[in-house]
Amino acid sequence: MQITEHKPLIVAFCCNWCSYAGADLAGNNRLNYPADVKIIRVPCSCRVNPMFVLRAFQKGADGVIICGCHPGDCHYTSGNYYARRRMAMLFSMLDYLGIERERTRVEWVSAAEGAKFSATMNDFVEKVTKLGKNKRLEDLRCKK
Amino acid sequence: MQKITTDALVQKAVELLNNNTVSYVLGWKKGEFDYDITPYVFKDEKTLKEEFIYSDFCGVNLSKYLVAKTKELAGKILVFLKPCDTYSFNQLLTEHRFNREKVYAIGIPCEGMLDIDKIKLNLEGISSIVETKEGVKVNTLDDKTIELEKQAILLEKCKNCKSKKHYAYDELLGEEGDVLDNNRFDEVAKLESMTAEERFEFWQSQLSKCIRCNACRDACPACTCEKCVFDNPNSGIENKSPANSFEEKLFHIIRAFHVAGRCTDCGECSRACPQNIPLHLLNRKFIKDINEHYGEFQAGLEVGQRGPLVSYTTEDVEPSDVFNKGE
Repeated sequence: MQITEHKPLIVAFCCNWCSYAGADLAGNNRLNYPADVKIIRVPCSCRVNPMFVLRAFQKGADGVIICGCHPGDCHYTSGNYYARRRMAMLFSMLDYLGIERERTRVEWVSAAEGAKFSATMNDFVEKVTKLGKNKRLEDLRCKK
Repeated sequence: MQKITTDALVQKAVELLNNNTVSYVLGWKKGEFDYDITPYVFKDEKTLKEEFIYSDFCGVNLSKYLVAKTKELAGKILVFLKPCDTYSFNQLLTEHRFNREKVYAIGIPCEGMLDIDKIKLNLEGISSIVETKEGVKVNTLDDKTIELEKQAILLEKCKNCKSKKHYAYDELLGEEGDVLDNNRFDEVAKLESMTAEERFEFWQSQLSKCIRCNACRDACPACTCEKCVFDNPNSGIENKSPANSFEEKLFHIIRAFHVAGRCTDCGECSRACPQNIPLHLLNRKFIKDINEHYGEFQAGLEVGQRGPLVSYTTEDVEPSDVFNKGE
């Protein structure tokens, strides 16, 4: 059997108004980011229920990143402020349970920051790849 | 502090029943043994006198029962509240879970409730349990008497009692106590100071005991949704077979997260857990984090408080900075 390098599966929740457009801009500008990142478009970063994050891990994600508008720039005025508190609490709890903290991240990316989007994703994927397979969060029953 | 007796409570309840202030009494009912006590709605004087009890085993928080009972019963309900139950009482009112008009609340003092599982660790075959000043005297079936100190057999939630002060009542029996200094976050801090591997080992060993009986959810006064995400057969997490897998963690993280900012730290989750998982440590972690990052907050101090997770400030800490403390 040939041993291949572990390719991580990264789920990125991107807010429709900023980060998703940022990803689009990164594409338009031909800026590379790894294909391991699977983007899920959400109307706002506060749409991300903690359950989404945990379900992503349960179903085999190795890292989850949530991208939203910069604080103060939310399309719905305050959505990302709520998301910020929620995710701070959730990620702190995951850390408390002994899950590697590099597997989760919140990043603010505006529609004009294609370069930041690409750089963030490259950095995140690199860190998660180093951590290797997500053993601590896997659910055998969710494996295909 | 003078200990309040069962008789005093029964007398008060009978008085209020007879002068038609209330139609029902929500209290604790004797079971077959001294320690198996169940919450019960008393309707008449006779059953009250025969079966009502207030002892060291009345750890059950009666607040949550008001949600169903005030809907179900037409008349006013008398409820007995220990200090920590009054927090839940206020929190439920904040969330509009029951009608305050339909409840007559009596605050009663509490000196810490006992955990029968901890008593059973010391002996076998309990025939009766007698309360003494320092703790309990347990008579066993083979005619032995064993004395146990109270501190060693307290419920987890009572070991670090946060308050003897009542925050909601119509009438108070006995003396009012004070808010206590406590070190309830010590255990959380101890876990935080471990390495990630140690923490993972700890929680893996604890949470893999979970049998997904949902007792923690059902006992929790903050968990009062009529439709719960864990009842959804399509959620993919309702499977019951115990497996050393992420499912239990997912359940407990979500359970704790859902009550974050609303949890009064009444400790019912740990008390109800048949597997003795220290579930309150998950809730306390959230409370500790909230206190550290968003300012001191105690749910249930007054009706109408706005919880920390449904509000924000523009200067809130970034999620990445929450981790960076300490290391």
